[in-house]
Amino acid sequence: MLSGAPQYLVSGLTQGAAYGLIGLGFTMIFNTTGIINFAQGEFVMLGGMLAVWFAASGLPLVVAVLCACLATAVVGALMERLAIRPLAGAPAINAVIITIGVSILLRGGAMLAFGKDTVALPAFTGTAPILALGAAIQPQSLWVLAVTLALLAALKLFFAATIQGKAMLACACQQKAASLVGISVARMALLSFGLSGLIGAAAGAILAPITMTAYDVGMMLGLKGFAACILGGLGNPFGAAAGGLVLGVLEAFGAGYVASGYKDAFAFVVLLLLLFVKPSGLFGQAGVERV
Amino acid sequence: MRPAFFGKNAAQAGAFLLLLLAVPYALPNEYYLSICILGCLSAVIAVGLNLLMGYAGQISLGHAAFYGMAAYATAIATTRFSLPIPVGMALGVALSVAVAWVVAAPTLKLKGHYLAMATLGFGIIVSIVFNEAVDLTGGPSGYVGIPRLALAGYAFDTDRSYYNLMAVVLSLVVLSSLNLMRSRTGRALRALHVSEKAAASLGVDIAAHKRFVFVLSAGLAGLAGVLYAHYLSFIAPASFGFGFSVQLVVMVVLGGMASVWGSVAGAFFLTALPEALREFEDIDILVYGAILVLTIMFLPDGLAGGLKRLARRLGRRGEGA
Repeated sequence: MLSGAPQYLVSGLTQGAAYGLIGLGFTMIFNTTGIINFAQGEFVMLGGMLAVWFAASGLPLVVAVLCACLATAVVGALMERLAIRPLAGAPAINAVIITIGVSILLRGGAMLAFGKDTVALPAFTGTAPILALGAAIQPQSLWVLAVTLALLAALKLFFAATIQGKAMLACACQQKAASLVGISVARMALLSFGLSGLIGAAAGAILAPITMTAYDVGMMLGLKGFAACILGGLGNPFGAAAGGLVLGVLEAFGAGYVASGYKDAFAFVVLLLLLFVKPSGLFGQAGVERV
Repeated sequence: MRPAFFGKNAAQAGAFLLLLLAVPYALPNEYYLSICILGCLSAVIAVGLNLLMGYAGQISLGHAAFYGMAAYATAIATTRFSLPIPVGMALGVALSVAVAWVVAAPTLKLKGHYLAMATLGFGIIVSIVFNEAVDLTGGPSGYVGIPRLALAGYAFDTDRSYYNLMAVVLSLVVLSSLNLMRSRTGRALRALHVSEKAAASLGVDIAAHKRFVFVLSAGLAGLAGVLYAHYLSFIAPASFGFGFSVQLVVMVVLGGMASVWGSVAGAFFLTALPEALREFEDIDILVYGAILVLTIMFLPDGLAGGLKRLARRLGRRGEGA
């Protein structure tokens, strides 16, 4: 009965790491601006599609992936500057609708630029599987896990050791107080959108060799990322990463042991059950509500 | 709070009905009439969703699920079990209401983004079931052969007759919603939107009111769902997915939160827009996104708020002259 378990665990962790990265992107923007960015999934799609495009135009794979991440970071920053900042003071729901509008724009733009075909990025270091503990591990899975860990470590360092990172944490904690001590909240918002673009694109690019990519993959990936950060407790970046792993593993086991058609539903069923029992997520603290 | 002027609401709704009934005379062909019917269907859901979102302040990103559930229920009841159409429709609406009643209690305890996520998750689960329960729903390729609507011996088999029916249904929904929001319950809902604790301290049963408005809006979505099924006689999961749930929210926000008329305007606008953009071929989705972004940027309180401001400005200019 449990024969497939190691295999499911590996594929679940791989997929889950990507969900965690996407959730991390949500969290960065949520913390500095209070906005849930529905275009986050589109950043992921852009990462994958741009990496394929850069690679096809002759760049070495590593350079193509880096270029895709940087280009998407620019897209994120532009989005903040052109669509989000002019909205200052409007109700949060308007900002959410704007992000939905931007996601439609990005999806449409990608469809025009890259076409409607599903494309694949070559695996970073070959496709010969490594056999271990009864599971065949794709080298790309190791890349996904390694890149996720590296990005998490880099972010941890960024928040703990750089002045920009600390300023961003201050914005997350109390925007008004942050601006009183001289932090430009607008610049932090710009930075968080850029970083989210970068992280999202990285998730898209490392996942593209495993799952392939197309102009319309952003929505489902974005929703899973949102689910990951809710599961981990909204606002907690490392909770989001953990939430993603939990989500990915649940999904892989659900698809393996119950029914693969309902794969996408398992994550949400578990999420709903968790929310009903513990409304603040796995690692979130129950918020204090002001009257 | 002003005393209720229900008579004024009736007059407005009556004028709206006359306007709707006059529309076909201005249309060049039948094709536009079918878009108007879809506009009315969306407006019924949007008005209901606005009661929940705009007035009571509870977001739902899963309303397409209630719409689809009712549509599938009446489709299955009237074809596979050969039940009469009115019975199928009643079953469809009842299913949406019952599911909403069950889901409401745990869901509406959540707030903000957690509530958004829970309703979103619910909507996605339901739409996956529409796709995967092939024996029941026909799966991704859809459910065919649903009978066109016939009530009390009268067959609504032309677009014209169906449109007239939808005009009456939508007007009644608008009238009831206007009246509800001016009633004691409506005031309680608006109060809990502003502050649940303050409302509770005034004796409003928060949980019961939230559940009531959630079930009501789900029921209206269900009503639209059964009317949709018996109009098109074909339904497929793609119509009831996350995309449509989002579109409904956009209708409400674009029209103007807490404005019944705004939701109607938002619904018609967003239903007609993709049709109007069809001639732009592949860039239509870009234009759609751009219009969405620009409207929210320049009309932050929606179409209804924008019109109100325009009217005020014109009025002021009129006084000045």
